[in-house]
Amino acid sequence: MNTSIGKSIHRKEAWDKVCGRAQYVDDIPLAGALSARLLTSSCAHARIKGIVLTKALSIPGVQAIVTGADCPEHFGPLLQDRPALAREVVRYAGEPVAMVVALDEATAEQAVRLIQVQYEPLPVLLTPSQALAPDAPLIHKQSNGYKKVMEDIYPEVGSNVASRYQIRKGKGQKALEACKTVVEKRFYLPPSDHVAMEVRSARCEIATNGDVMITTTSQAPFSVQTQIASAFLIPSGKVQVKVPFVGGGFGGKAAVSLETLAYLASQRVGGKAVRLTIPREQDMASTPSRLGLEAMIKLGADKEGRLQAAEFTYYLDCGAYSDSAPYMTKAIAVDCTGPYRVEHLSCDAVCVYTNRTYATSFRGFAHESYTFCVERTMDILAKACGKDPLEFRLLNAIRPGDLTPTQVCCTNSLMGDLPGCLTHLKSLGEWEGAKPVQIKADTVRAQGVSCFWKTENPPTDAVSGALITCNEDGSLNLHTGVVEMGSGGQTHLAQILAEKFKIDAQQIHVVMEVDTRVSPEHWKTVASLTEYMAGNAVLQAADDLLGQFRRNGALALDCPEEEIAVSHGRVYSIKNPELFIAWKDIVKGYKTPSGTSLGEPILGRGGFMLKGLCLLDPVTGRGRTGPDWTVGAQIVEIEADLRRYTYRILRATTVMDVGKVINPESMRSMVAGGMAMGISLASREYCSYDAKGIPQAPNLRTYKLMHIGQEPDYRVGFLETPKEDSPYGVRSYAEHGILGIPAALGNALSSAFQQEFCSLPITPEMIWTMAKEREQ
Amino acid sequence: MIPFEFTYCRPDSLQEAAQAYEQLQREGKSTLYYGGGSEIITMCRGGSLQPGAVIDLKAIPECTQFHLDEEHLHIGAACTLNQIKESKVFPLLGLACGRIADHTNQCRITLGGNLCGTILYRETSLPLLLSDAMVTLMGPKGERRLSFKRVFLGSMQLHDGEWIVAVHIPRWALSAKYAHIKHTTNEKIDYPLVSVAALWKGDHLRAAFSGVVSYPLHSEAIDAVLNDHAIPCQTRAEQVIRLLPEAPQQDVEGSRAYRSFLLTNTLTTLLEEWEHGSI
Amino acid sequence: MVRYDKKSVITLSVNGALQDVVVRPSDLLLDVLREQLALTGAKPGCKNGDCGACTVMVDGWPIKACLMLAVEAEGHEILTVEGLGGATAVQTAFVVANAFQCGYCTSGFLMVCQALLTQHPQMPEEHVVEEWLQANLCRCTSYQEIRNAVMLMYEAQS
Repeated sequence: MNTSIGKSIHRKEAWDKVCGRAQYVDDIPLAGALSARLLTSSCAHARIKGIVLTKALSIPGVQAIVTGADCPEHFGPLLQDRPALAREVVRYAGEPVAMVVALDEATAEQAVRLIQVQYEPLPVLLTPSQALAPDAPLIHKQSNGYKKVMEDIYPEVGSNVASRYQIRKGKGQKALEACKTVVEKRFYLPPSDHVAMEVRSARCEIATNGDVMITTTSQAPFSVQTQIASAFLIPSGKVQVKVPFVGGGFGGKAAVSLETLAYLASQRVGGKAVRLTIPREQDMASTPSRLGLEAMIKLGADKEGRLQAAEFTYYLDCGAYSDSAPYMTKAIAVDCTGPYRVEHLSCDAVCVYTNRTYATSFRGFAHESYTFCVERTMDILAKACGKDPLEFRLLNAIRPGDLTPTQVCCTNSLMGDLPGCLTHLKSLGEWEGAKPVQIKADTVRAQGVSCFWKTENPPTDAVSGALITCNEDGSLNLHTGVVEMGSGGQTHLAQILAEKFKIDAQQIHVVMEVDTRVSPEHWKTVASLTEYMAGNAVLQAADDLLGQFRRNGALALDCPEEEIAVSHGRVYSIKNPELFIAWKDIVKGYKTPSGTSLGEPILGRGGFMLKGLCLLDPVTGRGRTGPDWTVGAQIVEIEADLRRYTYRILRATTVMDVGKVINPESMRSMVAGGMAMGISLASREYCSYDAKGIPQAPNLRTYKLMHIGQEPDYRVGFLETPKEDSPYGVRSYAEHGILGIPAALGNALSSAFQQEFCSLPITPEMIWTMAKEREQ
Repeated sequence: MIPFEFTYCRPDSLQEAAQAYEQLQREGKSTLYYGGGSEIITMCRGGSLQPGAVIDLKAIPECTQFHLDEEHLHIGAACTLNQIKESKVFPLLGLACGRIADHTNQCRITLGGNLCGTILYRETSLPLLLSDAMVTLMGPKGERRLSFKRVFLGSMQLHDGEWIVAVHIPRWALSAKYAHIKHTTNEKIDYPLVSVAALWKGDHLRAAFSGVVSYPLHSEAIDAVLNDHAIPCQTRAEQVIRLLPEAPQQDVEGSRAYRSFLLTNTLTTLLEEWEHGSI
Repeated sequence: MVRYDKKSVITLSVNGALQDVVVRPSDLLLDVLREQLALTGAKPGCKNGDCGACTVMVDGWPIKACLMLAVEAEGHEILTVEGLGGATAVQTAFVVANAFQCGYCTSGFLMVCQALLTQHPQMPEEHVVEEWLQANLCRCTSYQEIRNAVMLMYEAQS
């Protein structure tokens, strides 16, 4: 009987969050701290001719003003191409140009408004196509001169290409020519923003002995530690990074950005504590957002409708700096086909600089974007083959024995069960086929289906760790390096640990705050790898704990260690179960009735490092980047008003193979939340820029998220094909709810309005414009 | 955080407010009247406004009045949108109020604030333009009461130091047939691409628009076309586009052509429903 | 007439207690609650009145504390999430319905729901609930959970 796995326990921090007690970075009292504010660029691409600080410096209370001239270091997790503050050139509107440190925020902002910057405009490039044109100006003059942090980043000399990846499998072009049906489609997806409800914030203080203490809204405290240490030549042990609760991340807080600025600010004022909390407008325009994407897709099928060959070109718009975009480009290449068997394929995925806000990881790590393109094309091909889109996907679904684009051979454990997902989806999502159903004059109901898969692209040596300490009442404290930003990972880890000992998860206390001096390293809280990586570390630590319980138990019960078992909070003899001791009585060792001390205090430790991953072969792309895949299938059902070109989303359904359901309700809601984000993204979100590259809506008044009242009915179903080396078989699932939703919505709307939508978001105006174009 | 300081006054009477204004002028302070504060606060924070002083009108009884007499409904300018909506006394104005910003903000935004705002939509003006409403203004030079449409020419034409005390809506308008349609880009809570308010005085339709051109618009020439039953609904709607005093708005919310389409479509539907007797 | 020209001491009634705070006339209620009274439950999600994360109750109505001057709050009853009480109907409902993930928007939603309950002790029609809750944004949940929480809150009341 499970004590904890499979149970919908409430999240561990639930009551803190409903009482206003959960503390986020900006909630930590300010007393004594100075405040910093940023001046950001008003041009998308320009040479900085001069910065005049005189007026700003004259404001009483201003302590320091930092500009790019003060900081020659460059930053970036993969390629160090980004200055903390613009130096000589600004490459996007919103780029930090100067930072004022003052006694309070109001003074700092007053001073910011008095800084005068003179710009000499340079040509602005807003799409990958523009940036790849033969005569395009270079956004980075010497991108190959930047320091590479990872080996597999390939900036191209004399171009705006930050990196490039290719896949070659099978016969390529010839195979396409041999296909009976070939379809081809181009796509353009504009960038959008994460819009976590908490804006980014960082604080820094530098002690007299050089110890650096940073508190930040980060998904990656250990990366902050590494990057600050290496950029400023500080021994990493002297950099301490703390992360309390994070108010949503969605990948956007995995990038190191404000931490560097907070460090520079503190350094300039003699190490005093400085707070840098940016306003929403800067959170949207200045710190990284979601990528844009251009794609050209060719798919070919034989006369039975079996996919035979494919050709993909993906141009990822990474904005002004590369950040994690080269790896998102790689991620697209690795999974370029979608979860289908395709023997012959070529894929070129190119990461391109433009003059937009730079991009970083976003929920789905680019899969939410390229999946739209592939799954729209799959629908077009299904139609060309005269097949039902769901059956067409079932026919082509990847199965054990098939090879992925990077030639990894599928197994049930590695891939999960996509055909099973599709079959379950058909009933759960009430699939009625691709044909729209007329429900009244000018109104139709239509459905769209999509599949998704995703593997991860972590460093091949990413690590995680866990520490377990014990309380006298027998309850356990769990310390990991996992950031709690809403995904419920900490609660699931508690369940994994509780199950191991067959105790109630109430008996596990989770330490929510991450402190790099205290918490064992967890690579980053990204890629939905918490349950797999930290979960394995937790199980290791539990084994370690178990050994110690048995040793102390053996001493206390005076029998051989091999005879000792631990379960349900008791340590007992297997031979004679009546001989037992509550483990709470031996957590500190054991004291006999006569006062003799035996054993040692108990403290569990566990560590886990990814294994078996490699870099991709530069020519064929062969290789394995992630520990496993997660597959799933989705349906979106809409009601369309053909006269007004509007639509209402009625239902969104996901069936996903999660390996093992750790917590039914939290996993359901995580997937539903992902679907909601996908619907919002696909129906209304994008970063709008004018012709000069100035963002038009960096605020929540104009940049619309979905509000309550527009949400459809959400349905979630799970399959459980275990992943062999994962705790209880669980797979990554937390971000995946979003992946196929834009595509399924696009397919439903394409069917309803009889238009092939190939861009996002699909707004009534877009539908109307396309209809009007067709009429003409 | 507003990065600068200003003086805050909260007078208890009209006279005190007028005196406060004059006093602040003497002190050399640029002064704004303050209702719910939403727009002033956001603009101060964003850097597009820096008043030296604000005069909060919410403690003045005349500005918060809400009562119905034999002839008029009197609504103080400091009444909130939510108050007006929940009273259900003037349904068309209630609908307009209920579609401005969101409910929580409707509990703060005042009628006067919406009418005097710099954001171009000022959607509460539409029902007032259509209903022969009167308005009372007060300023250092005293009080005046005049027809709303004389003083609201796309925006409030106020003398120096003047503010709106109250509006007065004739009783016929409260029970007249009405319609209110608002189209946004996508999300319900948003600025209007096209907002149409319609009020029938007897059998005569009056319609006013917000979001279409750069100011709230009511035109008798447009009303005349809308009421021309000899012409088919769709044609009437199309003619309205040609009668607009300027080309429709074009911005990040929607293009000029799309706004024209929405207006035509909305008016066609409205006219059809009217002809079919379903309003 | 009340007039403030510079930093002044004012008294606010917050969560049933009178509190003296030192404010500039242009200080926002949100900043004063958070920075002077350490009531950080109300969150600065946008400071532009768009997200609702800073919602508190003033005299029983929901108000976005980023769009109110602290000096305006004099003489009014302010209730923040910290003053709700703990295991009240609304808080319990949010926990039971799993109506939050990252928790950043939660205080704001709770206060809107509490205001809704105050103004409408009986559950109003669906469109009224929607209208009230549309003032707030949640980026994590699907909103279905929050809707369920509202139902549970009313069920617990009856």
